Amino acid sequence: MKYFYVAIFFLCSSYSASLAIGEVSTFTLKNGMDIIVIEDHRAPIVTHMVWYKVGSADEPPGKSGIAHYLEHLLFKGTENLKTGEFSKIVAENGGSENAFTSYDYTGYFQRVAADRLNLMMEIESDRMQNLRLTIEDILPERGVIIEERNSRTENNPNSLFSEHRSALMYQNHPYGVPVIGWMHEIEKLTREDAIDFYERYYAPNNAILIVAGDVEPQAVLDLAQKHYGIRIASKKIVKRVRPQEPPKRAAIHTIYEDPRVRQPYIIREYLAENRKPGDQLEAAALTIFAHLLGGSGKTSFLGKRLQLDEKIALNVSAWHSATSYDPNKFGLYVVPVPDVSLQVVEDALDLALDNFFEVGIDQDHLKRIKTQIKASEIFALDNQEGIARAYGTALTSGLSVNDVKEWPNILAAVSAEDIMIAARKVLNPKSSVTGWIRGSQEIAE
Amino acid sequence: MNKFLSAFIMILLSGLPVNAELIIHEVKSKGGITAWLVSDNSIPIISFDIAFKGGASTELDDKLGATYLMAGLLEEGAGNMDATAFSLAAEELATSLSFNSSRERISISAEFLKETTNQSIALLKAAITQPAFNDAAFERTKAQVLSIISRNQTDPRKIASNAFNKIAFESHPYGRPYQGTANTISSLTQDDMFEAHRQNLTKDRLFVSVVGDITADELLIILDDLFGGLPEKGALFPNVVNFKALGGNTIIDFDTTQSTALWGHSGISQNDPDFFAAFVMNHILGGGSFTSRLTDEVREKRGLTYGVYSYIANMDYANFYGGSVSSANDRIEEALDVIKEEWARMANSGVTEEELIAAKKYITGSYPLRFDGNGQIAGILTYSQTNDFPINYPQNRNSYVEAVTKKDIARVANRILKAEDIHFVVVGSPTGLVATE
Repeated sequence: MKYFYVAIFFLCSSYSASLAIGEVSTFTLKNGMDIIVIEDHRAPIVTHMVWYKVGSADEPPGKSGIAHYLEHLLFKGTENLKTGEFSKIVAENGGSENAFTSYDYTGYFQRVAADRLNLMMEIESDRMQNLRLTIEDILPERGVIIEERNSRTENNPNSLFSEHRSALMYQNHPYGVPVIGWMHEIEKLTREDAIDFYERYYAPNNAILIVAGDVEPQAVLDLAQKHYGIRIASKKIVKRVRPQEPPKRAAIHTIYEDPRVRQPYIIREYLAENRKPGDQLEAAALTIFAHLLGGSGKTSFLGKRLQLDEKIALNVSAWHSATSYDPNKFGLYVVPVPDVSLQVVEDALDLALDNFFEVGIDQDHLKRIKTQIKASEIFALDNQEGIARAYGTALTSGLSVNDVKEWPNILAAVSAEDIMIAARKVLNPKSSVTGWIRGSQEIAE
Repeated sequence: MNKFLSAFIMILLSGLPVNAELIIHEVKSKGGITAWLVSDNSIPIISFDIAFKGGASTELDDKLGATYLMAGLLEEGAGNMDATAFSLAAEELATSLSFNSSRERISISAEFLKETTNQSIALLKAAITQPAFNDAAFERTKAQVLSIISRNQTDPRKIASNAFNKIAFESHPYGRPYQGTANTISSLTQDDMFEAHRQNLTKDRLFVSVVGDITADELLIILDDLFGGLPEKGALFPNVVNFKALGGNTIIDFDTTQSTALWGHSGISQNDPDFFAAFVMNHILGGGSFTSRLTDEVREKRGLTYGVYSYIANMDYANFYGGSVSSANDRIEEALDVIKEEWARMANSGVTEEELIAAKKYITGSYPLRFDGNGQIAGILTYSQTNDFPINYPQNRNSYVEAVTKKDIARVANRILKAEDIHFVVVGSPTGLVATE
């Protein structure tokens, strides 16, 4: 049953959407802007996205949240459009729109009737380089992102716990700073901070155009030429090099207490390899390892052992964040049943992991996972926006179109031995952060 | 074999090129099971979306949460399969089955490859008609539900919605938390599960929608196989209830930096001749786009919130007009004041011609975008069926929107929007706000 929903779960099933290969065409404009067209002619609808290869992990120190703040500010005025006019135009054309910011990317999209693509490109291209920010725009919007942080993070102990763990995991890399920013830094972000970031990173040679839906590739290229081709490439765009993690020398254990927590649980994360251009095998092996360990409460190794046999866990899960620019995390999640302590489930988890290496891989289970991977390629065809997002995420993480196309084949070819090698490497206690979360009344456990 | 009804409806996606067609067939099996079907063989997959009306609203007070727990147990073993065997079978087929329940629905969906149709349907049938409710799964799932209920007690949104429902609907089933309480869940037995199953999975409340690579003839056989064995009649449905809360504020103290507010007053029925006028009016007032008046006034101009929405709520046996907003404790009072002002402004002077034109363009233009993907379409068809919409509703819906005039909106706004009747439920430590008794 799927009663347990924690924000981390989207990570463990994320590979299904990334497998789809529809008819994909690629182009690059003279100014360096990459174009990906994914055809789906079932309905006259189009998803139009522009992804910038910049995210919160590219922010200057002390300016956390600026990537996300700027994303909000792109809905304000430009040289050609008044504040609010962008959204008005999209709405009047029956379109839905939004934007998103992560560690490695910032994206903007509209879903609209296919014959409105020209107009969407016109206004999206406009705000790539013509943004005009006034003080009247930026101050209320800072209030909005403060409230967004209040809603998403301050009001949710699970989110606070998550950013606390990331800050411990990444001792040097900016993945340790939350995407939305630390409150004390958000409160001080200025118009100049936003403009500096905009001018540094928003340029065609740092952007990817993704169009999915009822379109012909050549027609998309012609429109893109007309609207995005006029944008000027920036000389400031260089390969992203972020501070990397030093050698990990000791396991970290942390306890987060919050009176709002009624259900204690444990999350352990290990620093893990991400998908790398031309080199995705280790990440693929880890992705499958996560499914073997904790893909389902009733059939996975940890689920069967901790939930069904020992009956000490209400829920278990495992995931691997495979798609990111820099090394990411492999995670384990265990919720104890009432009257079983976090120490008991952590000990049981450790024993179970040791036991996994003794028992080896259940070949039937591996076969089932591969059947599902194969099927998910077909199911993914039914989700136009999902395919577009899979490409956007991968390409802003440094991967190529070919890497995206190869990913399902690489997953399908992963052997039991590949998994064991990757598993032994990733489960290194010295590169782990184990977090307990519980209500503060439980101090005297 | 019976012939299916010849209600072949074509939806021309208005405003879009003419090749967009969605043909909905209504089919009726020999055994009398009706389903709406969209046959589309462009991808070799099939989606089922199944709803049983009633849900938690049919429960007795002392069995609260029985339906929720029962629905959660449908994937925890069936026939001679225990929970693991059931999951293994689904994994081998790469079939996704999901079982959910809410205040007035049990919702079941299935997505599978065409080549696994027979095995997938057999699995779905086992879950629907022969759930095992065995000891281990029952105790495990019960513990999971108790954990959820416990966590809800410190979730500001859950605290607010539980309090709001209670104030709005008092002792009516809609006033109760549909997941149950720690007391009721603890006292439930496996017999209660069989009884909840017997009372809720019955033909008199069943709605079925199917989209994908399947023909009407193929579906007709499946319908009788899947549902033919279900009992004809189930539990009584609740009575119609009016929105009971009076204008004022309820404040629930909770130690957090941001206050979460829900509000509502009486609403409007989907059968009301002015329903579409109200629908368009609500879009302009606070209907979820970046261009609504509430978003403009509360978020864009003042930066008081990340999100503010109003909505017309239509349940099977009640209607209300509601909304939600979250703001820092020292700013929530201002946010609520602005909301009340906007409520009154709309009631007194309606909308401008420009707003109306823009709203119609959005509402009619965005409608076809919803028909995106087999599972999505199946869900929309089930929603239409459970709300008693005609099969040609998707075809005509935009014309109802187009027909709305400024005068219609002024009339309905003045009739249904009553700023002084709004009851706010605020969870947090708001400054300035005063609770009313």
